[in-house]
Amino acid sequence: MNKSSANEPIVQVQNMNKSFGENQVLKNINLNVHPSEVMCLIGPSGSGKSTLLRCIAFLEQYTGGTVLIEGDLIGYNDNADQRKLASTKELNRVRRNMGMVFQQFNLWPHMTALGNVTEALVRVKKLNRKHANEKGLALLNKVGLSERANHYPAQLSGGQQQRVAIARALAMEPSVLLFDEPTSALDPELVGEVLQVMKDLANDGMTMIVVTHEMGFAAQVADTVVFLDQGEILLKGSPKDVFQGPKPPRLQQFLQNYMDRNAFWE
Amino acid sequence: MMAFDVKVIIDHLPQILDGFVTTVWCTVWACALGMVLGLIVACGLMSKARIFRYPIRFYVEVIRSTPFLIQLFLLYYGGPSIGIYLDPIQAGIIGLAIYGSAYYAELFRAGFNAIPEGQLEVANIMGFSTTNILWRIQIPQMMVLIVPGLVNTTIILGKETAVLSIVTVPELTFVLTGIGSQTYAYAETLTVLALAYLILAESTSRLGSWAEKRLSKYMER
Repeated sequence: MNKSSANEPIVQVQNMNKSFGENQVLKNINLNVHPSEVMCLIGPSGSGKSTLLRCIAFLEQYTGGTVLIEGDLIGYNDNADQRKLASTKELNRVRRNMGMVFQQFNLWPHMTALGNVTEALVRVKKLNRKHANEKGLALLNKVGLSERANHYPAQLSGGQQQRVAIARALAMEPSVLLFDEPTSALDPELVGEVLQVMKDLANDGMTMIVVTHEMGFAAQVADTVVFLDQGEILLKGSPKDVFQGPKPPRLQQFLQNYMDRNAFWE
Repeated sequence: MMAFDVKVIIDHLPQILDGFVTTVWCTVWACALGMVLGLIVACGLMSKARIFRYPIRFYVEVIRSTPFLIQLFLLYYGGPSIGIYLDPIQAGIIGLAIYGSAYYAELFRAGFNAIPEGQLEVANIMGFSTTNILWRIQIPQMMVLIVPGLVNTTIILGKETAVLSIVTVPELTFVLTGIGSQTYAYAETLTVLALAYLILAESTSRLGSWAEKRLSKYMER
């Protein structure tokens, strides 16, 4: 995985803040995600990592600073010192290069696997049905599910559902994919198949931001690991730096907890 | 005079069947219009803009808190004084549709709210228009989720058509109470009247179960 940091970042987060009323949940966040970079956000629950991801997608409105997607400010229009909410049309324009995968899959239950993948191709990209189906089948094939094209979500396992959700997110050919704890709702035995699909995507050069509790995945696949605690970035670096280098006490404690939880044999 | 004279019913069968058809006709139209109006009202109830939400909430509260009979009288007898002239069947269907819209709207709203927010977030990120989200993702699921409530409301509206007899709509109640007072065969006519409504309600309920089974085949969570 070779990265040229000379490339313009796809996602730029600058001095970003987020408050829910009085409660500040993200404090002065700065991040750059470059093409083909895989960034993993780790941290204890309530540290703000999911909120950060949702602010990048503008599913939550950040309350200060800027989030740029391929150079465009997402969610707001800035004129002089005035900031206004962007129109839906503008928001959609900035989001067009973004895909997102959720913890709860969020497949549309009344559509087949193929229907889920092709819906945006037909409704948003306005492809004809035949062309959309060909493309949809190719995407399902990519996640190893072309045989399940005509199954409804309720007829698929959790792992299969999440792979369909990944294929659906890929349909709009995004330049960055956001994952919000994609394996946290899965039975442990099904986690592997989803992580494998994500590894394949990373190897193909997909730019990804992944909120995860899978430290093994972060260590093996990430180019950058970001540790958040109480709404602040405490450490940012290569997996080697974060997992093996000197650590702030909070990270030490977090990783120790993780090890204790996963150790079942002395 | 016999205790229960079936002959009265047989003699008046054509009239009774006409009344039955009129009742079905009024029910179907009132429910169809009520659902369309209810969907628009439900969208208003869920609107983020108070300028829409508050007046529509007021509309729902007024309709639900006043008797259907009074609403029908207002429309039929009060209508002409503001230039609305309707024949009895038109007034009956429109009145019942308005009455039903408030109940359908609350049902639709509950159905929309039962769809997980995340499904809509996905559609938002993928750039779907609000119209596409409504017709492709929200309405198909909402309709399945609320089938039992929909059947219930439709049965209640079907029975409310009896009120239309008061403004002389020649539906079941009008026809059978008419026959009753001409022939004094009250027991016979009222029993048949009750049975007819029972058949209507039971058919609606069967139709609902069939639809629910078909629609929710793949929707179990």
